[in-house]
Amino acid sequence: MKLEGKRLIWNEYQKEIADDNYFYVRSCVRQNFFPAAEKTFLRYMKEFGKNVFENPSHTTCSGIGYHSDIVPIETAMTMVARQFALMTESGYENFVTSCITSFGLYTEILDTWHHFPEIEEKIRVHLRNATGREFVKPKNLAHASDVTFKLRKEISKAGKYRLVNQNTGEPIRVVEHIGCHYSRMFPSKGVGGAEYPYVLVGMIEEWGGEVIDYPERRHCCGFGFRQYLIKANRGYSISASKKKFESMKPYKPELILTNCPGCPMFLDRWQYTISEMEGITYGEKGQGIPVLTYEELAGLILGYDPWDLGLQVHQVPVEPLLDKIGIPYDPERKFLDKDENSIGKPKSPSFLKFY
Amino acid sequence: MIDFGYTITKDRQLDYDRGDMRYYRLVQSLEPSVDVCMECGSCTATCSAGQFTEFNIRKAHTLIRRGNTESIKAELRKCMFCGKCQLVCPRGVNLRNLILAMNRAIELLG
Repeated sequence: MKLEGKRLIWNEYQKEIADDNYFYVRSCVRQNFFPAAEKTFLRYMKEFGKNVFENPSHTTCSGIGYHSDIVPIETAMTMVARQFALMTESGYENFVTSCITSFGLYTEILDTWHHFPEIEEKIRVHLRNATGREFVKPKNLAHASDVTFKLRKEISKAGKYRLVNQNTGEPIRVVEHIGCHYSRMFPSKGVGGAEYPYVLVGMIEEWGGEVIDYPERRHCCGFGFRQYLIKANRGYSISASKKKFESMKPYKPELILTNCPGCPMFLDRWQYTISEMEGITYGEKGQGIPVLTYEELAGLILGYDPWDLGLQVHQVPVEPLLDKIGIPYDPERKFLDKDENSIGKPKSPSFLKFY
Repeated sequence: MIDFGYTITKDRQLDYDRGDMRYYRLVQSLEPSVDVCMECGSCTATCSAGQFTEFNIRKAHTLIRRGNTESIKAELRKCMFCGKCQLVCPRGVNLRNLILAMNRAIELLG
């Protein structure tokens, strides 16, 4: 990959990310898919002395319903206005979202209000009538991956491990996959813009890995909301993911890193489904390609226990990656909860190698 | 294999690196007029065989030009060599000989 030109473009797309005092809003679905990702973000933020506040009254941003065509934009705007009201009431002005679709929706709504102030006024009336609340718009809006990107050097410095194969000394080959709603709608709101998003690349490079450039790098994972939510449409979703896997396979990726709720879910789970439907696997020796969120990877770099990071609920086993980096784990504890009780063991897949 | 209630669509992306261009090069040498084809489809619109079967000269030509010959082997046998395509071709491509050249290429290259 020729990096010179890309580096120049990346330099033009640097967004402002607040230094501290964040109001954090969670994703609707991530705690089901990757249960410890958000908890891990809060853990390392605390360890780096950052103040992150969560208001227990916050709800969905309704983006998942908006993009599925079941929640009208005025409703979505009023719910977003309520989240901003909670931030205002809590005394914060830096808004950080866990979800990429939320980040996209907040950005879209703030931009709409900027261009059409009469709509903002209308939404303020809706919120006042419904809840009696008022809000101030955030001074800084960032995604949690932006904040982690900002901390990447500190994480690297405090880290116990590097993205390096301990047996060969070679960097781990990583595919980075950015959620569509991160910067495709508003390129200037994402680190690196829409064409060369740098947010995950920056983390991979800083932590010692090698980024793989491949033909379908910017292709959607296939979630597409209605493509998955309606069962009859799931063929569209899995076909899009398969297109990406086929495209990246010749480059022998050892890890897929993501920053969206849907992407890690589908890039991870569809590998199992494709293997059961067509007998195809995309990793080495019948294995899959492990898929991690940036919080989970940051946690591994910082030396957190893989099972505390929830890596046992990934469909594609992560053990081959842990072995390469040299991260110790106890196979006996894989399916135990924090009180050492069994959480149950999944059935072994027919083709995908299981540990 | 498990049936999950949906299917995986076969990728229709064309990969020119995977195409076998030997067929088109041989067809070009056997019938050089193929190079002036602008793929207007007049040949297909007037094709006698195409009225009764799925035979499509334009598609066959496009596929062989992309190096994708698998699906056209059986198709080419449907041509009746009536020559109407050749009469309507605005570029004067010798279409009957083109079909023969395509068949010849498949015969020689497998």
